[in-house]
Formats: sequence, structure tokens, C-alpha cells
Amino acid sequence: MGDLRTEEMTINMGPQHPSTHGVLRLKLRTDGEVVTSVQPVIGYLHRCFEKHAENLEYPGVIPFVDRCDYLASMNNDHGYSMAIEKLLGIEVPERVEYLRVIFAELQRIASHLVAFGTFGLDVGAFTPFLYAFREREMILDLFEMTCGARLLYNYIWVGGLSHDIPEGFVEKTYEFLDHFEPQIKEYNDLLTNNKIFIERTADVGVLPQNVAINYGVTGPQLRASGVDWDLRRDEPYSIYDRFDWNVAVGVDDVGVLGDCWNRYYVKILEMQESAEIIRQALDHLPVEGDVQEAVPRKIRPPKGSLYFRSENPRGELGFYIVSDGKTQPFRVKMRSPALHNLGVIDEIASGWLVADVVAILGSLDIVLGEIDR
Amino acid sequence: MTREEIYTRLTEQFHESLFEKSDEPFNEFITVQADAWFDIAKYLKNDPELYFDSLMCMSGVDFGPKDDTMEVAYDFHSMRHLHKITTKITGPREDFHIPSVESVWRIADWHEREIYDLFGIIFDGHRNLKRLLLPDDWEGHPLRKDYEVQEYYHGIRVPKIKPKKLTP
Amino acid sequence: MGILENKFNDNIIVGQMDKLIGWARSNSPWYFQFGLACCAIEMMSTAAARHDFDRFGAMPRSSPRQADVMIVAGTVTMKMGLRVRRLWEQMADPKYVISMGSCATSGGPYWQHGYHVLKGVDLVVPVDVYVPGCPPRPEALLEGLMKLQEKVKRQKTLAKIEE
Repeated sequence: MGDLRTEEMTINMGPQHPSTHGVLRLKLRTDGEVVTSVQPVIGYLHRCFEKHAENLEYPGVIPFVDRCDYLASMNNDHGYSMAIEKLLGIEVPERVEYLRVIFAELQRIASHLVAFGTFGLDVGAFTPFLYAFREREMILDLFEMTCGARLLYNYIWVGGLSHDIPEGFVEKTYEFLDHFEPQIKEYNDLLTNNKIFIERTADVGVLPQNVAINYGVTGPQLRASGVDWDLRRDEPYSIYDRFDWNVAVGVDDVGVLGDCWNRYYVKILEMQESAEIIRQALDHLPVEGDVQEAVPRKIRPPKGSLYFRSENPRGELGFYIVSDGKTQPFRVKMRSPALHNLGVIDEIASGWLVADVVAILGSLDIVLGEIDR
Repeated sequence: MTREEIYTRLTEQFHESLFEKSDEPFNEFITVQADAWFDIAKYLKNDPELYFDSLMCMSGVDFGPKDDTMEVAYDFHSMRHLHKITTKITGPREDFHIPSVESVWRIADWHEREIYDLFGIIFDGHRNLKRLLLPDDWEGHPLRKDYEVQEYYHGIRVPKIKPKKLTP
Repeated sequence: MGILENKFNDNIIVGQMDKLIGWARSNSPWYFQFGLACCAIEMMSTAAARHDFDRFGAMPRSSPRQADVMIVAGTVTMKMGLRVRRLWEQMADPKYVISMGSCATSGGPYWQHGYHVLKGVDLVVPVDVYVPGCPPRPEALLEGLMKLQEKVKRQKTLAKIEE
């Protein structure tokens, strides 16, 4: 056995793979079954968003912003529209603000449901996927009632919304919330407290706090490592400072802070908090108001540059916009949270087995449309 | 700390000729000279008063062949002191070199590769400056204002970009 | 009917072999889940409980060797186009391709300024059914699958194809 020669092997988890959540390629160097390094190769979905943004007018960029992070379409629209509103210096009416918060939080629940379902699928559990999509279809029904689309809405415009909510929307949303909040207990029974799931994800892929901040990880992934930072509370935009809710931070009773289980559990807690915010917003929704009264006829911001950030389901979504006084942006740069979340995978997945790499990648909750833009 | 206090602290540590304050309506930023950027970046991260431990965003901007300048803007934020600053580095469109800060903030690794890919700005000292988003054998840097697409890529015709007429 | 009338007992069915093969193939189209972008989420919704894909006999397979239908869902870029071709070649005959969404059909919303976007996946693989939409509703994808089933039923396998 003394002269047995071993070598490291390079395995390709190619662009087409059932667990890579899109077209991501991971080059794994493994020593047997243990992974020594992970190199992500991205760019298989580079759709030239930034070049399009330079050639279209400001409102025309909104459908493209939608398609970048296709699971959090309302939040993307919200971030971009608020950035342009800050450049122009316009205020939106109260009713528009409340409706924007309701739709943004509904979209957050829908996005976390997909993350929850597909994470279960990665780890080997098929049933949570079907349950998550059952609830998600109800949310998509609400969206379809309002603006006609199921996935990519082009709904939150600069200065207002594209459609007002129809009759019966408020009642249906209350019905959905009454149905949804007890379902979280079902998810906890199915997956969160499941012994096999805990063995698969607790203590796996631990992300320390200083590494997370250095890599710019944000969102539930950062909060799972114990950092109490949420842009909706710490740098409030829109009307988030009027609601009474808690920021979900990781716990250390199952596993350690910063492991895959915590990154998953923070999302479950966040869904509960979003349901709470929606309920409060519906209770105080102003009944009067035109959603399109502040929409400007022509958008021509003054010369300058601006960086504005908001909280996406995946983390901090930022827009760096340079304007040169014309009706088309000079440069739009989208700071995508999933890029920063993916960048940390080499640090946290080294030293684990190949099957653990799948669990770690699923817990980081990436969307390739946003990474490649 | 406000932008004035940060500027004062930086000019105490380094020479004043390296910095320039600029005023825009929404964004007060500091322009820095490219040569000394690595030491300034380390100071920004490690100084206990400034402590900018989080690089929020790094963007390249091309001002076009008429102005003949390109710019890289860094947005920083401190999780400890909760203040922000934007620093910009300006340079020529051809052969623009900037010291790499990817050993200071690790995510700058990918941001610098992306800016190299889309603009052609070279970051000295980067451990692996290759293209990030486009294929390795792509020709040209697409986000430049005077970019012309190549004719064919592996036998597939590359679609031309039609410039839109600007509305007044 | 003539010579064949009233000749057989109840449990003998007479028909064309091609029709039998076509009926069997069209009712179990195992699809190769090739979700690239936003349309992949609608493909997942079609496979979920409300719009069930499984009632058509369609099962998701991750390996091209085990699949019959490749559903190209999402934008195909230049970098990915070469890999799409390679994966299509790895599928075994008879194979079909459904191009889902307007990005796979003709470049989609990125047709005008997309230097890296392939204007339609039919530049690299031959497509049988195009499903338009951005993204297409699950019902639209199911109709696309039904159109493919009709095409498969009509296909001649054993009979000589007239040139």
C-alpha cells in the first residue's frame, strides 16, 4: 500500500445539471470524494442587459430588469423604479406605496417558496416541491388578477403602477394569508424538523461572519450567519418604517450559525414575517387614489450618478445609474445579490463531499439570470 | 462620518494631490489617482475610524470616444460605523491600468474580471484576469460605446447591434 | 372491410403497426429538462400539481440518453449553443425538440441589442414544435406537447417513406 499513487480528479458539474438551478458550471477538483476546490464558470446566460439598458428609454428598461431575477420580478421593478424616482425627485402617492409593499412582500413569499421547494428537491425530498408550488400558484393567481401575467409583470412603474387592483383583491389576499400561515407548520413538520434533512444540512458549509461581509454576501444568507442586517429596517426605503415586524436571524440550536440549515430556516421565518407585513399593509391601505397620477410623461433626469439599494429575496439589489440628461440612461449597472452569494462557494464548499456541494449550492439560492445579466 | 470627514482623514494619511472632491446632485464622491489606489484601499478597509469592510458595488463606465475617458466607481459601506463613500478612478480609454484590490475585498475578484471582460480595463496584480461572462475566445469588449460585433462566432452569425435614434 | 368481416374472435385487434408504434410513443414523451432561464420556472410549474405534466406520460429525465423530447426553455446564448448541440446529439433516435418561449424561438426581447444571444435555437438544432409566449402559460406548453403528440402519431416508422 505504500507505493499506491493517488491523484486529484477534475469533475465537471456541467451547464446542464438537475441541481445547479440553471446554467451554471462548477469545476470541482476532488481528492477521492472530498472536494478540494470549486471554480464556478458563469456566463452561459449573459443576455446583454446592460447594453439593452443603454439603448432604451428609462421606462422601457423595466421589462428587462424583470427578466434578470425572474423569481423576484416585483422586487426588481421596485428597486429600479425607486432609483429613478430618487434621481427625478418625485414622490409617489400613499396608495401606491402601500400597494408596492404588498406586492413586493407577496413576491418575496413566492420566491422563498421556490427556494424551499427546490432545496428539498436537491437534497432528495420530492413532496415539499409540490406543496410549495401549490401555495405559489395561489399567489400567482393574485398577480394574474391584477396585471395579467404570471411570472414577469412589468408592474411597478416609475412614479406609480401599471394597473390598479381589481375588486375582490383585498378579500382574496386575506383568504390567502389565512390559508398560508398554518401551512408553515406543515413545512416545518415535513422538512425543517426532519431528521434526515437535519443530518444532510446542519453543520454543513459553515459561513463565518467576517468572510460573509468580505465577500459581500447579503440577504437571508448573511442573516443566517448571525449578522443582524436587513435593509428594510436599517436603511428604510418606501414605507417599511411604518410596519412592526422582526428581522429573522439564524439560530444555533440545530447545527451552528451559518450552516445550510440556518440559511434555509431564515427563509421560512422570513415568509412568516412577510405575511405579517402584508396583513398590516392591507389593514391600512388607503381606499382613494389614482395609481398613475405621479407617472411622469417623459423621464429626463439631470446629469449625475446614483447608487440605490433595496432588499431582494436574495439580498441587496443595487442599481448604479449614470445619467447624462437624455431620455436614455447612459449606464445602468445592476449589483446582483446572487453573484456575491455564489462568489463565496469556493471558501465554504472546500473540504466537503460532492453530495454536500449540491446541498450548499441549493442553500445559497442563486438565480443565474441575475448573475449573468 | 460625512464625506468631508472621510476626505479629511484620507488627506491626513496620504498626500492631498491624490484626491479630488466632486459634487453631483445625488452622489458626493472622491476621485482617486490610480497609482496609489492599493494602499489607499487597504487603509480604507483597515483603519478603525473608517472601516469600510463591505464593497457594495464596482462599476465601469465608458464615456465614449469623444471624451476619451473611462471610469471605475467603487461604492463602499461600513457595517460597523454605518457610513458610505463612493470613490472613482478615471483614466484613458486605451491601455488603462488600475491596481487590483481583490486581496482586500475578495469579491472584487469577480467584479474586476467582469470589468475587464466588458470594458478592457486591466487590473494589475489580479491572480486570474480572464473573461468572466463572455466566452474566452470572444473578440472585443462589448460595453464600450464604439463596440462593433464580430462577424461569426464558431460558424454562427453574430447579430449586429442596431443603435437607437436618440429622442430629443 | 369485406374479406375480414366477422372472422375474428373478440380479443384480436387488427390495425397498422405504424399506428400502434405512434400511439405508444406519443403517450410517454420523457422530456429532457433543459431549463435555461425564466421559462424553466413555468416548465416546473407545469410539472407541479396544478397543471400536471405527468398525466400525459411525461417524466422529467436529467440525462439526455434517457429522454425523448428536449424542451429548450429559455434564452440560448452563444456560449450555451455549442453545448445544446452536443446534448442534442447525445439523445437517442427518435428525438424531438420543443422550443418553449419566444427567446428560444427567435431571440425574444433580446433580439435587438443582444450580441451574445442566439436568435432562435433552430440555428443549432432542428425544432419540431414552437411554443410562443414570454413566458408561455403552462396551458400553452401543454398544448405544445399535444401538438407534438399528434406529430408523433402521424410519423411513419416501418412503412417506406415516398421520396
